[in-house]
Amino acid sequence: MAGQSDPHVSLFSAEELEFMAEDELVEIVPNMRMEPLNLLCGDYGPFFPQMVTQVPVWLAIALKKRGKCSIRPPEWMSVESLTRILESERESQDVFQVLPFHYVEISKLLFDHAPGDIPDIYMVRSLIEDIRDVRFHKFETSLESFEAARSSAVRINNLSAMEVNIARPFVSRALQAFYKHTSPDLVPNAETVPNRWQQPADPGQKRTLRKR
Amino acid sequence: MATRDGDGEASLSRETDDLESLISMTDVERLKTAWRQEKAAPEILQFEAALIQRVREQIQLMEETIEDFVENSADPLTVSLYQMDLDRTQFLLRSYLRIRLQKIEKYMFHILNTDELFNRLSREEKWFAERCSNDLKMHLEEGILSKLPGGYQSILKQTIISEETDMVPKPQLDAFVVCKTKYFLGHIQLEDINNGNTGGGQSYRTLEEPLEMEPNVMHFVRYKPIKKFVEEGKIELY
Repeated sequence: MAGQSDPHVSLFSAEELEFMAEDELVEIVPNMRMEPLNLLCGDYGPFFPQMVTQVPVWLAIALKKRGKCSIRPPEWMSVESLTRILESERESQDVFQVLPFHYVEISKLLFDHAPGDIPDIYMVRSLIEDIRDVRFHKFETSLESFEAARSSAVRINNLSAMEVNIARPFVSRALQAFYKHTSPDLVPNAETVPNRWQQPADPGQKRTLRKR
Repeated sequence: MATRDGDGEASLSRETDDLESLISMTDVERLKTAWRQEKAAPEILQFEAALIQRVREQIQLMEETIEDFVENSADPLTVSLYQMDLDRTQFLLRSYLRIRLQKIEKYMFHILNTDELFNRLSREEKWFAERCSNDLKMHLEEGILSKLPGGYQSILKQTIISEETDMVPKPQLDAFVVCKTKYFLGHIQLEDINNGNTGGGQSYRTLEEPLEMEPNVMHFVRYKPIKKFVEEGKIELY
């Protein structure tokens, strides 16, 4: 149901992420003539055979499904560009390379709906999987330094939508726990407020964390 | 280094993109942003009355357009594309309204007791919050509270000696959110100044450096310190 993704699993469901990614623009080459479309989300077209034009991914896929166009995969989805990104990802432990915010969703959508339009699709697919793995491993490793930072703010530069969404439930709860357990007014609070119900439920509250 | 140059160009073009998109943003894109923010924020945000009004009108207009298309037996492909566009917008609108209703249901007593939050609701939402809380109150009073001993009959407090309304669910403002800014924001005070560090010896948390937020860099940040920037539209939640 709309708006009902369980916040404990993740803020956005996979479908909602895909929905957002479908608004990104891609180039298509139509094989038919069609008047311009004055849609709520913007104006696209007119469409002429063999004339490249930009449309949102959802529109490209709808046309593709009916055999009305071919989709031009974005430039970053080429073997050359992906190989370079993968190499740079592997080179540095700390820096994430710049990729489109929805790179996982867009590539998945194009693999599913326009496999014939992607040159070297097997290579591209495996490169993107490798990039995902490397990046995620890197992110997991960098989690170790979160604790040392003991901070109310953590930079996560260049993470993609899907990566943020996967990391969010765990990371935000962990950070919140760090924050709570280092809170200076927690101990006096527990004494002044005669809160008989909450104390037994959470015995850990009174314990002060050892200073690191 | 080749990649370095590429990065520079990319961020530059992204900045100009942002400027252009600010000017030519459609209402649907604005609705999408509002939807995402509402989903990501722990508490209820200001109802986007004008925007929702405009989107509603556009949806209605589009429905009429599609009907005309069908009557005039226009190209079925075109009709189906317009219909898809309409469905997407309606999904966004419904989802936006539903998330807000979920928040209202969850925090209704807190919202009703806090003017600032109550004023963020639309007329219909206010009505919903009032009706909903009245019903729940009546239900709880008839079913449980009236049968409890004298000091325990409040719907808002555990006992009459409770200083705070400790039976009212409140949004977790200490929750961490993912966000970024379009502008450079220096000096975001990360500590709550009024309720910390007055206890003297108890405080072992050193005051953190104020946060500087560079444009287009994502952060995990506690919601409370950036709350006012979110409300002013300077920081966007993701």
